[in-house]
Amino acid sequence: MSLKSKDLVSIRGLDASDIGLILETAAGFKDVLGRDIKKVPALRGKTTVNLFYEPSTRTRTSFELAAKRLSTDVVNFSVSTSSVVKGESLRDTALTIQALGADIIIVRHSCSGVAHFLADNLGASVVNAGDGTNEHPTQALLDLFTIQERKEAIKGLRVAIVGDILHSRVAKSNMYALTTMGAKVRLIGPPTLVPEALEELGVEIFSDMDKGLRDVDIVMMLRIQMERQGKGFFPTTVEYFRNWGLTPERLSRAKKDALVMHPGPMNRGVEIASDVADGHNSVILDQVTNGLAVRMAVLYLLAGVKG
Amino acid sequence: MPKELLNKEDIERIITRMAHEITERNRGVQSLCLIGIQRGGAHLARRLALKLGGIGGKTIPVGVLDIALYRDDFAVRKEQPVVRRTEVPFEISNEKVVLVDDVLFTGRSIRAAMDAVMDLGRPSAIQLAVLVDRGHRELPIKADFVGKNVPTSLEETVRVQFAEDGLEDRAVLE
Amino acid sequence: MKIAIRNGRIIDPARGIDGIGDLVIEDGKIKAVKSQKSKGRSQRPEITGATREIDARGKLVLPGLVDLHVHLREPGYEYKETIRTGTAAAVRGGVTSVCCMPNTNPVNDNASVTEFILKKASAEGACWVYPIGAITKGQKGEELAEMSIMHEAGCVAFSDDGRPVMDSLMMRRALEYSKVMNVPLISHCEDLSLSSGGVMNEGLLSVTLGLKGIPPQAEEIMVARDIALAELTGGRLHIAHISTEGSVALVRAAKKRGIADVTAETCPHYFSATEEAVGDYRTNAKVNPPLRRKRDVEAIKEGLHDGTIDVIATDHAPHHRDEKLGEFDFAPSGISGLETLIGLSMRLVDEGVLSHEGLVEKTAVNPARIIGVDRGTLAPGAAADLTVVDTETEYTVGAAKFVSRGKNTPFDGWVLSARPVITISLGRIHEWE
Repeated sequence: MSLKSKDLVSIRGLDASDIGLILETAAGFKDVLGRDIKKVPALRGKTTVNLFYEPSTRTRTSFELAAKRLSTDVVNFSVSTSSVVKGESLRDTALTIQALGADIIIVRHSCSGVAHFLADNLGASVVNAGDGTNEHPTQALLDLFTIQERKEAIKGLRVAIVGDILHSRVAKSNMYALTTMGAKVRLIGPPTLVPEALEELGVEIFSDMDKGLRDVDIVMMLRIQMERQGKGFFPTTVEYFRNWGLTPERLSRAKKDALVMHPGPMNRGVEIASDVADGHNSVILDQVTNGLAVRMAVLYLLAGVKG
Repeated sequence: MPKELLNKEDIERIITRMAHEITERNRGVQSLCLIGIQRGGAHLARRLALKLGGIGGKTIPVGVLDIALYRDDFAVRKEQPVVRRTEVPFEISNEKVVLVDDVLFTGRSIRAAMDAVMDLGRPSAIQLAVLVDRGHRELPIKADFVGKNVPTSLEETVRVQFAEDGLEDRAVLE
Repeated sequence: MKIAIRNGRIIDPARGIDGIGDLVIEDGKIKAVKSQKSKGRSQRPEITGATREIDARGKLVLPGLVDLHVHLREPGYEYKETIRTGTAAAVRGGVTSVCCMPNTNPVNDNASVTEFILKKASAEGACWVYPIGAITKGQKGEELAEMSIMHEAGCVAFSDDGRPVMDSLMMRRALEYSKVMNVPLISHCEDLSLSSGGVMNEGLLSVTLGLKGIPPQAEEIMVARDIALAELTGGRLHIAHISTEGSVALVRAAKKRGIADVTAETCPHYFSATEEAVGDYRTNAKVNPPLRRKRDVEAIKEGLHDGTIDVIATDHAPHHRDEKLGEFDFAPSGISGLETLIGLSMRLVDEGVLSHEGLVEKTAVNPARIIGVDRGTLAPGAAADLTVVDTETEYTVGAAKFVSRGKNTPFDGWVLSARPVITISLGRIHEWE
C-alpha cells in the first residue's frame, strides 16, 4: 500500500483510502511509542529538514521527534519572518536545502500555498506543517486518529468546530478530512470569522453556540488569535468568551460522552474554560501523543513513494 | 502448476513434532515464549503455543511481531510494507524466545525480526522455528526447528495458507 | 515606398467598411482603399506600381489597435519591460498605439518624465506611445499633479492606476480640474479599505485556498462613487478594467440615465477566465482586480455586447519571472497581455458577442476617440497603422516566446485561432509566420 503522492500538502489532495492507510499505519507507530526503545530503523540514512518560517515549538518538536524515531537525521532550519520579504527567495532556500541532500522537507510558512509551491519545485518529499490560512494536514490526521481511538467509526459522527474558521488552517484541514470520512461538520463562531461560502461544501454554520453544540459527538475548539481583537472581528476577548467560549454549561448541550479537542496552545478563559480543558471529556493531551504516531506514519509512508 | 508440499494433516503432524523437539531441546517449557512473525508466523506460533502448553502443562506466552520497520530493502522496494501491529504483551528479557515463521528463505526477515525483538528486551536466547525451509540463504542464519526442507529454484515461491485466514491449511510450491 | 495589400477582408468601422478589397499605402499613409462593399465587385480598379505586394486572402485587415491601458515600466522597472520591448510586444499583438500608465519610477507625475517617455519612444519605440499622467503627485492621492503642463507635454489622460484616489474630495477636484484640458480621468476602482490586502476574488475558492479575498463590492463601491463624482463635476470619467457584474450594471444605469460622461473598459482576462485559473496558487493568474466568477464573465460579455463597455484594453502588466515565482501573497499582480489581445478577443466574435466591426470599435475606434487621437481608422490620409490577422490557423500560446519581457500569463498553453501575421507601424512592416 502506498500514498499516491510524494508529498503531503493538503487533505484536499487525499481520498478516504489514503486517510485510512495513514491512520492504520499510525496505529502501528503508536505501539512503538509505548516501548522502552521508542526508535525504529525504518528510515535509516534519510535526512529530514524542518524548514520553519513561522516559530512553532510544538509542531516542530513533534515532527523532529517523529523523524528521529524513524532514525532519520534531522536538521532544523528556521528562517526569520523578516528575511522572508527581503532575503533569499523561497525557491532558492528550498533548492539549497535539497542540494544538501534532504529527502523530506517539512515546511511551515505564513503564506498559503507555499507547500504546494515547494512540492511542485522539489524532488524531495514535502510535508505541509501549516501554510498561512490554508491547511495543516497532519493536525487533522492526528485529530481523526484521536477520534477513532475513542469512537468506533468517524462516519456519521457530528463534529462541531468552534472559533476562527476563516484564519484557521486546522479548521479547514479537519473540515475536509472529517467530511471525506463521512462525519457531519458544524462550524460555530461569529459571522466575521466563519465564511458563509463554506456552506457550499455541505457543512452547517451556526453563530449561536448553544444551538450548534446540540447533540454533537466532538467539540473541536480553535485558538483565538489575540491580535484579531479590536480588528473588527469581535470587540473583546471578554465578549468572545461570553458567546463562544466553551464552558461546562455549554458543553452539556453536546452528547454526554462528547470529546473536547484543541490543537493547542490554548488560551484558557478566552476560548475554553479550564474546567473543560482539564475535564474528563478532554482528549487534548492524547492529541499531542497521537501527533507523534501520525507524523511518523506520514513520514514513513511518504518515504516509500518514489518521486 | 502448483505442487502441494504439505496438506492439513502434514501441518498438524509437524506442529506436534516441533512442539516435542522444542520441549526436548529446552528441557521443558520453563522460561519459554513464542513470537510469530506477521502474518503466517503468527498463526503458527499460536498453534504451537497451544501444543507446547499441553505438553508442559502451563500456558505459554505468545506474541506477534511486525518487522516492516526493521527491513533492509528500503532503497530497492517499490512501496512501503504495510505496518501491522506488534503485540508482545509480556516481558521477554531473560526469557527464551522462539521466533516462529512459516517460510525461511533468504534469512533477511529473520535478521529484521531479531533486531525488532532486541528492541523489545534482552532475551536469554533466541531460537528459530519454521514450517518450511526452502534454502537460498543470503545471511548466516539457520533454523533450530524445521518442519520440512524443500529444495526450490529462485523463480519458485512457497505459499502457506491457514484456516485462520479462512482458507484450508496447506503449503504449495508455485 | 508603395505597399499594396490585396484581397483581405478590410474592416474599418469608422467608415462603415467591411468587405474584401485592396489597400494601398504610400509614404506611411493610407493612399486608397477599394473594397467590394464600398465600391461593388465589378468596379475594382487596378492598383499598379507597388514596390511590395502583400496577399491578404482569407485574412482580416484591421486598423492598428489602440490599447488604452499598458504598463511599459520604463523608467525605473526596465527589468520587467522597456519602451523598446513593450512597443515591440504591442506590434506583435497588432497594437500600434499604446497608452502607458504612470506608475513608473519616478512616477510620470511631471512633464520631464512625460518628455523622457516620448523621447525614448520616438527613438526606440515600434509604435505610437501616448503617456498617461498621474492625477496626484507620486500617485499618493494627496496633491494634484501638474496636469495641464503634462497635457501640453503629451499626456492624453490621467490616472493613478493601481493606486485609486481614495479621498473623494481629491477625486472631485481632479475631475473638475480635468475639464481645463478636456481629457478623461481613468479610474482604477478599488476601495482599498475593503479589499484590504486581498489577493484574489473573495468566495469559496479564496476561503479554501486560504488566500485573502477581494469582494466584487470593493470595485463596485468605487465605480458608484466615481460615477456620482462625474455627475457632480461634469468631468470625463473612464473606468478602467471592469471585472464584475455589479460594475457593468452601474455603468449601464449611468449611461442610460445620461447623467455623467462615463466610458468603461474591460480586459481580455475578465471575459476569458474565472477565478478558477488561480488553481493551486498559480501566480500568473494573480491580477488586480482579480479574476472573478462565471456570472461576472457573462455580465462583462453582455456589457460588451450592448455597448455598456466601450473598450477592450490589455492592462498589459509585465513582471519578471522571479517575481512571480514564489509565495502567492508576495507575487505582484498583473498579466502580460499585449500578445494575446487579438487571440482572446476574437473568441468574442466566434461566440457572437461582438461582430468583427464591434471588435475593432472596442479595440481601436473607441479608445482613439476617448483619448482624442486620430487613430483607429484606415481612411485615406490616415497613418498607415494596420494589422493583418489570420483567424483560421490554430496555435498554442507560448509565453516563453513572447516578445514582451513579461512572460506572465495564465493563458500559456491555450489554443487560440486569431493572431496578427503582419503589422505595419510607424512605416515599418513586421511579418511573422
